[in-house]
Amino acid sequence: MDFQLSEDQQALQAGLRAFVEGNYSFERFPELEKAPLRRETWAELAEMGIFSLRQGEAEGGLELGMVEAVVAFQELGRRLVPGPLVWSHLAAGLVEGAALGETLVGGLDASRGSSDPILVEYGDQLDALLVLRRDGVYQVDAAGLGMELVATPLDPLTPIAHAPALPRGDKLADAETAQRLRDEGAALTAGLLLGIAELTLDYANEYAKTREQFDRPIGSFQAIKHMLADMYVKAQQARHLAYAAAVTLDDPDTGDAIRTVSSAKVVAGESAMHNARKCIQIYGGMGYTWELPPHYYLKRSFVLENAFGTIAQHAERVADRLAA
Amino acid sequence: MDLRYSEADETFRKELREWLAQEVPRHGASPARDDWAARRVYDTGWQRKLSDAGYAGINWPREYGGRGATLTEELVYYEEIARAKAPYIGMNFVGIRHGGPTIVAEGSEEQKAVHLPKILRGDEVWCQGFSEPNSGSDLASLSTSAVRDGDHYVVNGHKIWTSFAHSAEFCELLVRTDPDVKKHAGISWLIMPMDLPGIEIRPLPTLLGEIDFSEVFLEDVRIPVENLVGKENDGWRITNVTLRFERGSAWAADIIELNSFLGELAALARRTTRDDALAWEDKALRREIGHLSAEVESLWAWIKASISETAKTGVPGLDGSAIKLGFSELNQRIYELGTNLLGRAGLVREDLGDLPSGRIVDKFLNTLSLTIAAGSSQIQRNIISERILRQPREPR
Ligand SMILES: Cc1cc2nc3c(=O)[nH]c(=O)nc-3n(C[C@H](O)[C@H](O)[C@H](O)COP(=O)(O)OP(=O)(O)OC[C@H]3O[C@@H](n4cnc5c(N)ncnc54)[C@H](O)[C@@H]3O)c2cc1C
Repeated sequence: MDFQLSEDQQALQAGLRAFVEGNYSFERFPELEKAPLRRETWAELAEMGIFSLRQGEAEGGLELGMVEAVVAFQELGRRLVPGPLVWSHLAAGLVEGAALGETLVGGLDASRGSSDPILVEYGDQLDALLVLRRDGVYQVDAAGLGMELVATPLDPLTPIAHAPALPRGDKLADAETAQRLRDEGAALTAGLLLGIAELTLDYANEYAKTREQFDRPIGSFQAIKHMLADMYVKAQQARHLAYAAAVTLDDPDTGDAIRTVSSAKVVAGESAMHNARKCIQIYGGMGYTWELPPHYYLKRSFVLENAFGTIAQHAERVADRLAA
Repeated sequence: MDLRYSEADETFRKELREWLAQEVPRHGASPARDDWAARRVYDTGWQRKLSDAGYAGINWPREYGGRGATLTEELVYYEEIARAKAPYIGMNFVGIRHGGPTIVAEGSEEQKAVHLPKILRGDEVWCQGFSEPNSGSDLASLSTSAVRDGDHYVVNGHKIWTSFAHSAEFCELLVRTDPDVKKHAGISWLIMPMDLPGIEIRPLPTLLGEIDFSEVFLEDVRIPVENLVGKENDGWRITNVTLRFERGSAWAADIIELNSFLGELAALARRTTRDDALAWEDKALRREIGHLSAEVESLWAWIKASISETAKTGVPGLDGSAIKLGFSELNQRIYELGTNLLGRAGLVREDLGDLPSGRIVDKFLNTLSLTIAAGSSQIQRNIISERILRQPREPR
């Protein structure tokens, strides 16, 4: 047993971190807001292997596993990289051109009855829309949906389009594949959420060392210290469990994949939302401004909470597993 | 990144599991919590069996009679102990987990020869005399004095919350040997035989009404100088040495216990009627149980990561405080939920028929100690923010 990132995995992480910090600096957020998702940057992400990571070499992929994928998504999450990252990654091997970033694939999980309006992230830009239903994976012609961009999405870096109705589409794969995509999607989304939990901790932690009030750094006040300590615990819980979910998906003999993946989505979601909120609190009035990053992180964590199963849904799944 | 145990670990698991399957039922049910004589026989008797089978002192070095297990073997050990519902370490705790390891690391050859074999075999029970009425979290401020008189220390002072004091033969005692230097620099670590004249033990009932710990009054107690462990005034460092032995794997048993308790709660909710329906039909309850279980999973993963890190670097990382904080708070939430699920059955501290109300309520009350003992949650948060996150120290 060696539950630590290998040297290769660490190198992948370092490379991606340098890439996202260079390309998605906080200074660029206002500019990104105007057009969060551009085809050139999508091509760059494809070039880095974000979508083809787990594909075979014959398909131009890197033949890596869920662990590497979750590590990669953790880094993308740290800088709120825009785009239907998880759906396009899952579509690799299922929708032509997804792996290489030529086809922009988004998606919706419609396997449970719901009266929610049909809102699709990046809907107006998609080439293909995957829909997960109880009986399988479907592809819907995105352009034919008549989607309209909503003027004010919650997350300024995640455009949302509204569709009047959702046609059934063409069936691409069976129920088992749909379930696999749901689980892999939940694990990857947990990776994104982990990145948020970590970044908001780091960001608040740095600020607390430099911001002074009453002639001392605010980090010397216990109320701030203790918030940071709790954020640290949350971030660590999210990290190790997201990795455990990835390992279990790669090597199902090492645990109960359903339970581990659902647990990871619960804990990562909880950690990201908690840490983003506390980050705003630790920044005080500046945390409440549009100018600083914390609000973007809180808003994105709400978007991700509503992707691939909510905390409530996954918590219930874990409970059912316990009672089984 | 790999969560598979090695073949050697699995072989060890198999042997241990077979041994436990045979020995645990033979050892019988644990005695009533207030029957201390019986508890001593039960706890130390189990220690003796572990020792005879070569499982005592799982992480102690082989040269001192320990098993010298690798970190992953240790993890397997605690997993199996919990799975088999083997007797808890109980009264052997201080000797096996604290006093013994300190002597291994810092004791003289004679101290090792006298105490280690007996601790391992359950022939010596130890207690920990660290805390004082005015020195709890700020342990280094302790004031029990030890003054040299020929080849003895003459000790005067007052210790409190000393677990197992009434059953112990020896006490790991922290004393002040130099009152004129900075508080950390004047402390020494002594082995105090509990039968010396001048020791008075006054039991202090816990909020469960049990006599787990006591106050210990020391009046002119003469402790031979050869009972000093390490050097005089080096006691603070020596105390921290034992932290090296706490490698985090011991939590594994508690995690497994929490997991099985959550399974039990799910089962209980399925046979509990509340508001005209089965409690299990309450979505909010199911979600809360699932949420707590997810958090248990996260601590389990964290412990494995922390053990892997220690195995690689040879030194435990800094996460011990953070895991302790997360674990103790979560533990309280889980047993509180259990108590709430009992509804009015939680008004008594006794099992009612097949309803484990007494066990759950008592366990909940017991979890209240977890966020106080061994460094309170507040102290852990201070440590995390200052040592891990490197925030400036609060003004002291
Ligand atoms: C079940 C149990 C068993 C024990 N067994 C033993 C034993 O065998 N041997 C032994 O020596 N001791 C033992 N103890 C004592 C234990 O170590 C102390 O209770 C603990 O260190 C806390 O000290 P205190 O009780 O004096 O609380 P205090 O230190 O007085 O703390 C009171 C409150 O103030 C808070 N506080 C204190 N300092 C700070 C700070 N700097 N910042 C923020 N908050 C602070 C604490 O978190 C706590 O909430 C045991 C305790 C329990 C509950």
